[in-house]
Amino acid sequence: MSGHTDMVLVDKKGVRIDGRKADEHRPVHIEVGVLSNADGSAYLEIGKNKVLAAVYGPRECHPRHLQDPTKAIIQCKYNMQAFSVSDRKRPGPDRRSVEISKIIAEALEKVVLTELYPRASIDVYIEILQANAGTRCAGLTAASVALADAGIPMRDIVPAIAAGKADGHVLLDLNKEEDNYGEADVPLAIVPSTDEIVLLQMDGNMTRKEFDKALDMAFGACHDLYDVQKTALKNRYAISKEDEANE
Amino acid sequence: MSEHVISEIKRDHIMNLLKEGKREDGRGVGDIRNIQITTNCIESADGSARVKLGNTEVIAGVKIIPGTPFSDTPDSGVLTMGAELIPMAHPSFESGPPGEDAIELARVVDRGIRESGMVDVKQLCITAGEEVWMCFVDMYALDYDGNLFDAANLAAVSALRTATIPGEQYSKGENRPLPVTCTPISVTSVKIGNNLILDPNFDEEMISSARLTVTTDDKGNFRAMQKGGKGSITRDELSLCLDRAVEKGKAVRKIIG
Amino acid sequence: MERRNARPTREIVVPGDLLDDSGMCAGSNAYMLDGKTYAGILGVRNVYHDTVGVIPLGGRYMPNTGDTVIGIIEDIGSSNWLVDINAPYPAPLHVNEVPWKVEFGDTSKYLGIGNVVMLKILMVDESKKIQVTMKDSGLRRVEGGQLIEMPHSKVSRVIGKGGSMIQMIKNLTDCRIFVGQNGRIWIDGDDDKADTAVEAIKLIEREAQNSNLTERVEKFIRNRLPETEDDEGEEDQ
Repeated sequence: MSGHTDMVLVDKKGVRIDGRKADEHRPVHIEVGVLSNADGSAYLEIGKNKVLAAVYGPRECHPRHLQDPTKAIIQCKYNMQAFSVSDRKRPGPDRRSVEISKIIAEALEKVVLTELYPRASIDVYIEILQANAGTRCAGLTAASVALADAGIPMRDIVPAIAAGKADGHVLLDLNKEEDNYGEADVPLAIVPSTDEIVLLQMDGNMTRKEFDKALDMAFGACHDLYDVQKTALKNRYAISKEDEANE
Repeated sequence: MSEHVISEIKRDHIMNLLKEGKREDGRGVGDIRNIQITTNCIESADGSARVKLGNTEVIAGVKIIPGTPFSDTPDSGVLTMGAELIPMAHPSFESGPPGEDAIELARVVDRGIRESGMVDVKQLCITAGEEVWMCFVDMYALDYDGNLFDAANLAAVSALRTATIPGEQYSKGENRPLPVTCTPISVTSVKIGNNLILDPNFDEEMISSARLTVTTDDKGNFRAMQKGGKGSITRDELSLCLDRAVEKGKAVRKIIG
Repeated sequence: MERRNARPTREIVVPGDLLDDSGMCAGSNAYMLDGKTYAGILGVRNVYHDTVGVIPLGGRYMPNTGDTVIGIIEDIGSSNWLVDINAPYPAPLHVNEVPWKVEFGDTSKYLGIGNVVMLKILMVDESKKIQVTMKDSGLRRVEGGQLIEMPHSKVSRVIGKGGSMIQMIKNLTDCRIFVGQNGRIWIDGDDDKADTAVEAIKLIEREAQNSNLTERVEKFIRNRLPETEDDEGEEDQ
C-alpha cells in the first residue's frame, strides 16, 4: 500500500497489467483430496498464488488447556514457505502469519458445527507454496474446501477474495503489483447462503463510495468462487459415477 | 501421546510376510516405490521440485541471492539446507521450530549434495571476498508415509538441477543455470527383525530397529552415509545396503534423466 | 451415459446445498433455514418419506452406544487402558470392564500397548465421554491375522444388506472376519484365502459408491480362488 511506482496499473481503457477488467478475478483452480494422511485437503491456484490446505480432526485437543467442554476449537496455522515470495522468507511464524491464522480460524468457526465435538480440536493447516497477493483469501477458500472434504459437519462453505484500489480505480482481486503500489486492499469472506461477513480487513485509503463498490465486487466474486468450490468437491466424489455408467 | 502406536497384529503381519520375502504393498525387499517428480512448479523460487515417493511427498524450493562469503572460503558461494516436518504431513508432526528429526533430515540431504560437489560453489563467486551467490534449499514434508530421507534428497536434487541464478534480478549479470556437476542419490534401507528392506513406508519404518541412508554419485562412489535408529547392523548387512544403494542409485538417476 | 437413468441417481451434495424448499423435514446432517432444508455435510442426498437428509461420504467415526469396534491399546494406567478406537476421543477401558479379574496396578499383565481388542461402546455422554467394555459375548483380544482400516462410512457396504456381503466373503474364503463399526476390520484365515478376503474388502472400499457390488466381489474372489468349492457354486462351469 505504501510503495511508489511509475508503472501504470490501470490503462486508459480500464485494463489492468495482467489484462483483466476492474471487476474480474484471476483464474481459479481447485483440486480436492490431494494428500493421503490428512482427513481432508485441497490445492488451490488463483492467478499465481499456489496454496495447499489440510484438515485433521476432529481429534483430541492438544494442548489440553485449550479444550472447550462445550464445543470443538478450530486451530489454524497459516504458513508461507521460504521460497513462496521474491525475497526468501525466514521459516517459522511471524506476527503477520499469527494474525492471519487467527482471523481464518474465526471465519471458519462460524460455519463449522463445533458444538457436535466438545473438547475436540479441528486443525487447519495452510501452506502458501507461491504468493502473489491475496494469500489469506486463497488460504481460507482452500481451507473451507478441505474441511468439507474431511467430512466435517458445517453449515456452508466459505469463499474469500479481496477487492481494493489502485491508480484511483476500484479493483477486484489485486495482484502483487496492484497490492504493492495500490491505495487500498479489502479482504472479505462470506457465508454465501446468508451473505454474512466472516472475515473483513481493510488497509489503505478509500471513500465510502469506493469502499461500497469494492465490497459489491468482492461479494459477487465470492459467489463465483463458491461455485468453483462446490464443483471441485462434487467432481472429486463423482468420479466413480463414470465407472458406474461404464459397467 | 503424539507417538503413533502400531498394532501388534500389523507388526506381526509385516514380520511374517518378510519371512517369505514379501511386503504388504506387494513390493520385494529390494524394491523402491513409484517416483513422480514435478520440477519448476514454483515460479517465485529459482528452482523447485515436488516429489512423490509412493504416498510420501516433499516439496523443495531453491532461492539464490547475493550475500557475503565466509572468511575461510572468500571465493566460494554458500549452500544452505533446511527441512521442516510440518503438521500438514502427518498427525505426529507438531508445529514449532525444526526438531531433531527435521535437523537430521536436512543435514543428511545436505551432506550428500555438499560432499558430492553437486553444486560447483566456485562458480558462485561474484566478487572474491566480497560477494557470492548464496543458495538456500528449503524442503517441506507435505505427506509422510515413510522414508523422508530419499524423498527429500530427490526433491532437493531435482530443484537444484533446474535452478537458475537470477543475475538480472540483482543486476549481477545474465541469468544462468546453477552449475551442477552430478546427481547424488540417496538410498535408504531399514532393518526389521533380521531383514533389510529398501524405501520403507510408514508402518515399516515404525517397526524397524535401524536405518541406513547411503548417498552415491554418478560413478557409484559413496558420498554420504547416516545410520539411524536404536538397533545395530552387521558388517554383512552394511555390505548389502551399499550394493543396493549403488544399484538403485543408478536406476533412480535413469528415472530423473 | 443414458444407460444410467434406469438407476436412482446418487446426488452428491456439499454443505450449504439446498436439499428441499417444499416443506420437507430436515433429517440427519441437514438443517432448516427460513423454511428451507440445506445440507450440513458432504454426502449423498437421502429422502425418506417426508424427511430429507445427507448420508456422509467420509468424516471421523463418532461412537454410538452399542457399536462394536476394534481398538488398539495406546496407553496403560493403573486401573484402566486407553484405547484408540479411531474416534476424536480416546476410549478408556476400565479394569471392571474386562473379562479378567485385574488387581490394581496389574493392568499391563493383561493388555499391552499395541494389543488389539474387540470392544463394545457402553455409553457416550453429552460431553462425548466414552465408556467401553470387553464384557460381552464375542468380545476379546484378537491375535494374528490381518487388520485393515477404511473410512467408517463404507463399513455398511462391507457388511451388506442383512450381512449378505460379509457372509459371502466368509463362505468363499473360509476366513474369520470381524468388522468394527469404526472402520477397522480383522481377517484371519489361510494365507491365500486371507489375502483374497483382504483384497475383496479393499475392492469394496474403492467401489463403495457403485452398484452390483456383491456380484463383482463374488466374481473377484472366484477368480482369485478358482478351486473354491461351495454348495451352491454352479456358475463356474
